[in-house]
Amino acid sequence: MATDAPPPSKEQHKLPSPEEFAEVHESAEFVELRRSYRSFAFPLTIGFIAWYLLYVLLSNYAGGFMGTKLFGNINVALLLGVAQFVTTFLIAWWYSRHAAAKLDPKAEAIKTRMESGA
Amino acid sequence: MSPVQHTFLAANEASEHRPLIITLFALFVLATLGITIWAGRQTKDAADFYAGGRQFSAFQNGLAVSGDYMSAASFLGIAGAIALFGYDGFLYSIGFLVAWLVALLLVAEPLRNSGRYTMGDVLAYRMRQRPVRTAAGTSTIVVSIFYLLAQMAGAGVLVSLLLGITSDAGKILIVALVGLLMIVYVSIGGMKGTTWVQMVKAVLLIGGTILITFLVLLKFNFNISDLLGQAAENSGKGAAFLEPGLQYGATGTSKLDFISLGIALVLGTAGLPHILIRFYTVPDAKAARKSVNWAIGIIGGFYLMTIALGFGAAALISQDEIIASNPSGNTAAPLLALHLGGVDSTWGAILLATISAVAFATILAVVAGLTLASSSSFAHDIYANVIRKGKASGAEEVRAARWATVAIGVVSIGLGALARDLNVAGLVALAFAVAASANLPTILYSLFWKRFTTQGALWSIYGGLIVAVGLVLFSPVVSGDPKAMFPEVDFAWFPLKNPGIISIPFGFLMGWLGTVLSKEEPDAKKYAELEVRSLTGTGAH
Repeated sequence: MATDAPPPSKEQHKLPSPEEFAEVHESAEFVELRRSYRSFAFPLTIGFIAWYLLYVLLSNYAGGFMGTKLFGNINVALLLGVAQFVTTFLIAWWYSRHAAAKLDPKAEAIKTRMESGA
Repeated sequence: MSPVQHTFLAANEASEHRPLIITLFALFVLATLGITIWAGRQTKDAADFYAGGRQFSAFQNGLAVSGDYMSAASFLGIAGAIALFGYDGFLYSIGFLVAWLVALLLVAEPLRNSGRYTMGDVLAYRMRQRPVRTAAGTSTIVVSIFYLLAQMAGAGVLVSLLLGITSDAGKILIVALVGLLMIVYVSIGGMKGTTWVQMVKAVLLIGGTILITFLVLLKFNFNISDLLGQAAENSGKGAAFLEPGLQYGATGTSKLDFISLGIALVLGTAGLPHILIRFYTVPDAKAARKSVNWAIGIIGGFYLMTIALGFGAAALISQDEIIASNPSGNTAAPLLALHLGGVDSTWGAILLATISAVAFATILAVVAGLTLASSSSFAHDIYANVIRKGKASGAEEVRAARWATVAIGVVSIGLGALARDLNVAGLVALAFAVAASANLPTILYSLFWKRFTTQGALWSIYGGLIVAVGLVLFSPVVSGDPKAMFPEVDFAWFPLKNPGIISIPFGFLMGWLGTVLSKEEPDAKKYAELEVRSLTGTGAH
């Protein structure tokens, strides 16, 4: 139950000074964390938005192609629509795997060090 | 049988079983009020009121996010849009789901790491507090009110179907009742009460949708091709019903409207304040990510089932009957429940009552989430940080939030009666367009663009907001169309129903322009701090 959990203990950690933030911001470890996040998330975002827009544009301007029947009454339009669902699930899974493997350990290490004041 | 008789049939069917319907509604209301009072007792400080104590698990929050997101638009609106326009209605389902990737990849975790209670916390982080928080509060309230309008329209529609109330007074009464309930939920239960109401609602909605989907598929021996075939035939439009273009394919302008809607849907979610504040209810960014994943799974499953709801309604009910009941198809899902059970049977009436109660629960939970987002933003961004200049105590903030809840409740009751005949999904799409134009550019620039300045933030929030709302005002949604809010007048010169294609790029452009033209230097230290905090969670609340 949500309310039975102990109160958060984070407030007791000290908040690093602006100088410490600036220092960590320039550190190789942080620069690598940021690169690892951005080089994954940014291209992937552009990719799925392009794939979605392609689907919207095909719906608009390629009616004949989208109406092609594949099996029974199931046509290309429906299949591509459902494919958007599938790619959404896959991308969510892929990003979460990347984040757990590549981002979380680095982020955690920096956070622990900064909050303990070392 | 004429369509008019059919509508009365649905209402009569409902009226015979009115005690059952009222009992189901009352049960939900009583259960949720109980939760609210329980949650109210546990709400002691500002973190409890705004963020539910930040102790919800990722799964609980994922469920609540789903409950907050799957609104009357998703349930009533999409089913109706597919039932009337076939494949074109399905775009809503796809856009509403894909949009979650923007929230997952770019917004949820940094927001959880660097904010405290509101969207404004992140936008104002490295900017001059007072102007940016005023702007963030303004756009939060405007977006939420657009969204509220849609939910209120859905409530009015449901009640006229169920209780046969067609008089304006009757509808206004029910809208007032919804408004009153939401004031109680939010002002007493805060985020904790609202979250539990949303979880209960999500379970009910998913359960109800699975039931209807199962019954539809059973009718067609689980052969989707046969379902689609009969939908196409029964719609009177043949194969075109299963292809894109029925609603938007007629002219170059309507095709542009389709693109505009598509863009607004995919970029809107990550700028919706009532969704964003949900990420503050979990302990850390990792839990925020996991709750988005749960939400994507739950919401995705639900939207896949809208295929069965929408095409099922088209296959089993005549177009005339759907339109006669509500010109935009908003009652297709409850009508489908009635037909699945059998129009003259008790079973049909029970199904109709159940699905209507689910829709009612859906509306109440979303309305509560929206009200909480706007009253939080008023109290935390505008009252505490602008009016009191950061000197208000937590207790004073919460008191302000409770009063703001009452005020917003009254405003949305007042607006509720205006939008009855518009498709609920179309109305929500406007809220998405405003969110994507005013909020998303500023969120992304704030988090990822070092040079971004206060002036850039203000230009992009106000620029996106004014252009999006302005274009809606002069669109066929407001005037000059039989289904418009004011059908008797015509001052519509903007041809598209959704402004996204113009207003979203404009919001981004203004943010860039405001920044490069500003005389102030960006605060590099503050940006370094924001970046470290948003990526690592150091010092997160």
